[in-house]
Amino acid sequence: MIETLLFCAALVSVAVTTGIVVILVKESLAFFEHVPLSQFLTDTQWTPLFSDAHYGILPLLSGTLVSSAVALAVAIPLGTIIAIYLSEFAPHALREIAKPFLELLGGVPTIVYGYFALLFVTPLLQALFPQLPGFNLLSAGLVMGIMIIPYVSSVSEDAMRAVPMSLREGSYAMGATRFQTALAVVTPAAFSGIAAAYILGISRAVGETMIVAVAAGMQPNFTWNPLEPAATITAYIVQVALGDLPHGSVAYQTIFAAGLTLALVTLFFNVLGHLLRKRFRQAY
Amino acid sequence: MDELRLRELRALITARKRWNVVFSALGVVALMVGILTFTTLFVDMLIDGLPRLSRDFFTAFPSRRPADAGILSAWVGSTLVMLVTAAFAVPLGVAAGVYLEEYAPRNWMTDLIEINVANLAGVPSIVYGLLALGLFVYQFGLGQSILAAGLTLGLLVLPVVIVATREAIRSIPGAIREGAYALGATPWQTTAHHILPYSLAGILTGVIIGMARAIGETAPLITIGALTFIAFLPTPPVSLDPPFLSFDWLMSPFTVMPIQMFNWTSRPEAAFHHNAAAAGLVLVVMTLSMNALAIYLRYLLRRRIRW
Amino acid sequence: MVSTPRPGRTLVARASTPEPEPARKATVGNLNFYYGEYHALKNITMPIYERRVTALIGPSGCGKSTLLRCFNRMHDLYPGNRYDGRIVFYPDDTNLLSPEVDPIEVRMRVSMVFQKPNPFPKSIYENVAYGLRVRGVKRRPALDEKVEEALRGAALWEEVKARLHESAFNLSGGQQQRLCIARALATEPEMLLFDEPTSALDPIATASIEELIARLKERITIFIVTHNMQQAARVSDYTAYMYLGELIEFGVTDDLFLNPANKQTEDYITGRFG
Repeated sequence: MIETLLFCAALVSVAVTTGIVVILVKESLAFFEHVPLSQFLTDTQWTPLFSDAHYGILPLLSGTLVSSAVALAVAIPLGTIIAIYLSEFAPHALREIAKPFLELLGGVPTIVYGYFALLFVTPLLQALFPQLPGFNLLSAGLVMGIMIIPYVSSVSEDAMRAVPMSLREGSYAMGATRFQTALAVVTPAAFSGIAAAYILGISRAVGETMIVAVAAGMQPNFTWNPLEPAATITAYIVQVALGDLPHGSVAYQTIFAAGLTLALVTLFFNVLGHLLRKRFRQAY
Repeated sequence: MDELRLRELRALITARKRWNVVFSALGVVALMVGILTFTTLFVDMLIDGLPRLSRDFFTAFPSRRPADAGILSAWVGSTLVMLVTAAFAVPLGVAAGVYLEEYAPRNWMTDLIEINVANLAGVPSIVYGLLALGLFVYQFGLGQSILAAGLTLGLLVLPVVIVATREAIRSIPGAIREGAYALGATPWQTTAHHILPYSLAGILTGVIIGMARAIGETAPLITIGALTFIAFLPTPPVSLDPPFLSFDWLMSPFTVMPIQMFNWTSRPEAAFHHNAAAAGLVLVVMTLSMNALAIYLRYLLRRRIRW
Repeated sequence: MVSTPRPGRTLVARASTPEPEPARKATVGNLNFYYGEYHALKNITMPIYERRVTALIGPSGCGKSTLLRCFNRMHDLYPGNRYDGRIVFYPDDTNLLSPEVDPIEVRMRVSMVFQKPNPFPKSIYENVAYGLRVRGVKRRPALDEKVEEALRGAALWEEVKARLHESAFNLSGGQQQRLCIARALATEPEMLLFDEPTSALDPIATASIEELIARLKERITIFIVTHNMQQAARVSDYTAYMYLGELIEFGVTDDLFLNPANKQTEDYITGRFG
């Protein structure tokens, strides 16, 4: 009896996934009755709320991609360096302080990061680039990158610490320095774990909402230039949700179509990351 | 080895060892970027927001005039939503975790559940909002209410609780289980009397981390329609008049702290930005103390329990 | 299981003509070693002869690996360890244990092969070339030549020459260990340390490694730790017997096994205790 209850509790997770799939697909199907898939994938304008409505996902995708690219350009190098440093170089005491601190960094609510990006980082950047608009992808991307560093560094570091000492001893016994050992032996040995960390970072960047909604603006803009304002998939959903949503209207359905795109992209990365992490756990 | 080669070798080694220093410096610099960003963020909000923090700020409703606006409805809303979130996610998550660790056979069904839990942890929070919008708000007819919000965040936090429960249970040595079974205990008795009490601290750590995350969540709640200008409070759950306990508050419209901050940040007037900073300060202090508490608990756990 | 040696019967078919004392490669002088508070090596003094195989035997925990790892300053990798005494290396009379001598320099002159094969996650070629790259050898022809020489020296060349760029993990256990030997040889070290190199291998692989050691000693000084007495008897010219951190006896291998001077040595060799 108790076991059945517990089993049902465990089943809830399956129910949630099913629910997400059902809702997203159901509303998206309704959407695609109005809008052909080809238009969705190729139109370079996203203006569902205008009278001359366009339903091309490309502007939202470009916003997501550019902001994520900026974020990863920050998070991946810094996160990896921090991971290697903490795992191979840092004295024990420093490691014990740095790790909880990085956790705290990842625990700051994203709306606070958004505030920081809009009201501190953007004015700072405007001092450097005077023509920078108040909403821009660069600011949002940079702050998002800092937010993601803990994700990248902690999974990478775990992977590196899992590399057995015997491998390091083999390298040191050949006369290698700590730096050579860290770079030429430990990092390649931890490769699949590090790749999993990167994928986790990508997934987190793509799914981020508040930082971009606040700092990059919510105007869809098909651009690859981070110095411009743009809307990501996530920011668009927020924008529509802030207004009035007549249930069943095309506008209502657009957020599900956008959400489905987002879910598919993150699902792809999550599965990839999961497979990589399984591989690195098996290797040792 | 002859003198010349020895000298060459020593020169090579000195050159190579310089990289150790360079990289260590790089590592520290990278860490400093994180520390500096965090400190700057905190100090900036402190400077902008601290002046606004007063008793009035906590007891006033939002207003069109920035100087009069406060976070009363927001922090009450956050508290009530958190209550529902915890009430939903903790029992469900612990039960699921216990099932997966103590009862689940190794078959495809268990694999399916585990894959789902792992996957849900990586779903962007706004997708949970979309699910809630379609399911809780419209399908179940819960409307844009505290109940819907609590359920949404409960689902968001569920994987965190499940994973924390599993890891806490896993760290209990098999010998304790075997001892209980050897004395004739049923799986449930073993779980209730031995496993759960020992893993409680670990589970608590995970719950605190999950709650800290939920307090700061904005996107899913905006999606289900949390309003940004709420100038009233829901009916209080307990009161001095009969019927003493009320559940009306569950169906009430609401706002939460992060949404209030979002609203104020989006206004062009600089005065509202000060309010946003103040709200942000409260939020950050709340989430950081919860995270710090969880980290401290984990540290205590690691040191205290000697199996 | 070794049979009790009887006087008059040689253990190995080897001419045990006593040789004059050969040139030394190193001398261990009054070596004490501490793991934190624990006194692991007690006042060890012994010679290491050039281009000979010296074996270190003794029961578990006697300190043989600890002594071996002093020779390439492996203990420096972990905090709390302390050397007291000297290991003088010839011909330059350098004390390997001196704090003024960089451990990296020591490791570039003394290579090590470990108990469990530990190839790097790289190709076979890159594993062998690793030590060379560490020493600054960059040009491809030079690397190719030395890699081949080392693999031949480790009796592995024929087996891998067609797949040098495959992962080292594709090799069998015995092959991986020979790869590790090739890796250690490639840099032409002055001394080669073996830490129970065949304890993780099957008998056939063990035999091939022992054969290799016998050939290698013509070019290079070898110091080998083994818990397998027969292996020590087969492979080494000189043997040291250790017990509880002390050097009990050192001598020509045949003499030590056939006619141990010390009763403790005899007890160990005859299997009175493990």
